[in-house]
Amino acid sequence: MVDFGGWDMPVNYGSQIEEHHAVRRDAGMFDVSHMCVVDLRGDRVRDYLRRLLANDVAKLKEPGKALYSCMLREHGGVIDDLIVYFLDDRWFRMVVNAGTRDKDLEWLRAHAGHYGVSVEPRFDLAMIAVQGPNARTRAATLLEPSFAERALALGNFYGTGDDQHRFVARTGYTGEDGWEMMVPATEVAELWARLRAAGVTPCGLGARDTLRLEAGMNLYGSDMDETVSPLECGLAWTIAWEPQDRHFTGRAALTEQKARGVPRKQVGLVLSDRAVLRSHQKVIVPAVGEGEVTSGTFSPTLERSIALARVPSQTTDRCEVEIRGRLLNAAVVRPPFVRHGKIAIPV
Amino acid sequence: MSNVPADLRFLKSHEWARLEADGTITVGISDHAQQALGDLVFVEAPEAGRRVAAGEACAVVESVKAASDVYSPVSGEVVAGNADLGGQPELINTDPYGAGWIMRIRPDDKAQFAALLDANAYAAALAAETH
Repeated sequence: MVDFGGWDMPVNYGSQIEEHHAVRRDAGMFDVSHMCVVDLRGDRVRDYLRRLLANDVAKLKEPGKALYSCMLREHGGVIDDLIVYFLDDRWFRMVVNAGTRDKDLEWLRAHAGHYGVSVEPRFDLAMIAVQGPNARTRAATLLEPSFAERALALGNFYGTGDDQHRFVARTGYTGEDGWEMMVPATEVAELWARLRAAGVTPCGLGARDTLRLEAGMNLYGSDMDETVSPLECGLAWTIAWEPQDRHFTGRAALTEQKARGVPRKQVGLVLSDRAVLRSHQKVIVPAVGEGEVTSGTFSPTLERSIALARVPSQTTDRCEVEIRGRLLNAAVVRPPFVRHGKIAIPV
Repeated sequence: MSNVPADLRFLKSHEWARLEADGTITVGISDHAQQALGDLVFVEAPEAGRRVAAGEACAVVESVKAASDVYSPVSGEVVAGNADLGGQPELINTDPYGAGWIMRIRPDDKAQFAALLDANAYAAALAAETH
């Protein structure tokens, strides 16, 4: 067990690698109750989020549709990355990271008054992520039939709720199909036990990290923080530049950074040698400069070590990484490394 | 609870050592160590012929969680590294005291082996570490 943002969480229940493969090949589950659900309500909640988020919630037109976004400081640094759901014209729901929860709530509240928005963290809800090719069909057997039918009909990045505070979304952090299931905390232990009985493998933080890294997904606090802009951590795709008259927080700084030229970029690395990339290892790009591994691991799917790294923007296809006093060769690739159970990079 | 075989000697840094009939000493990492490291993914065992000193880092075991040095319990010459670990590092997880052995050393002085922790002392050290 480790402390994770004030929560005691298991790194693994049994073999971390077997937990990883369970998600890639069948179905695994993660207790992600440490993540904070925040309900935002008010007549001007959409305007409020169009100001606060670098992605544009105006893209959300159907109730239940979700969007991944960064929330930025004025200087362009990432306060947090999050998922926001459009539930109705007066109600959006956000899911934020555990380690950033307090400062997120502070920031959200600081700007809420002007828009007449209420900010309500849902400490009464717990969350289980059920992930893998068989995850949805396994989990659906546990839902009330009409709710199961609606949940199974969800497209990617959509969610749906019932009138008992249960909410199911087709989202995740593994690169596999699956659901994130929010339920009243009083129900979560029973849901966990029933999912287990339905053949879903319990997975810890260790497998969660190898899965998200194979999927090329960033981890807040490792791959980005308030000293890094979305342009430097592979999240340029989440910035909605259009329409040009939308003045989201951080826009001016990002525009300036883009005009000046972004000095660093995020890349994927695949190590040729037999060792394991870990965060903070030094990356050397001959004749270009230096960078740093922001998160690294052994990829159970590739059976090689992979990493996300921040490197000089001129970096091309090769680099070296200093590991235990030696310089080892790595290929520079574009993440994801694995998607839907299949290797997604040339090896 | 981890397994601490009574017929082995140990280092506080979680290596085990076994005196073989031919006078060589087989070295690996303890059941406690493999549990703490989690799934092993790479092992760098020393090559035969290498001279090692007692307390010298001479192998590396790397798991999904961390890399860890393996220290030689005695001074001597490496007579074999476990080549099977190259393709099957998980042998250390499944059989730490058997197929998961790391290296075999011909000691300069057998007294160094006798001075290592016995199973009771190592079990006591583990208990102290976890309490």
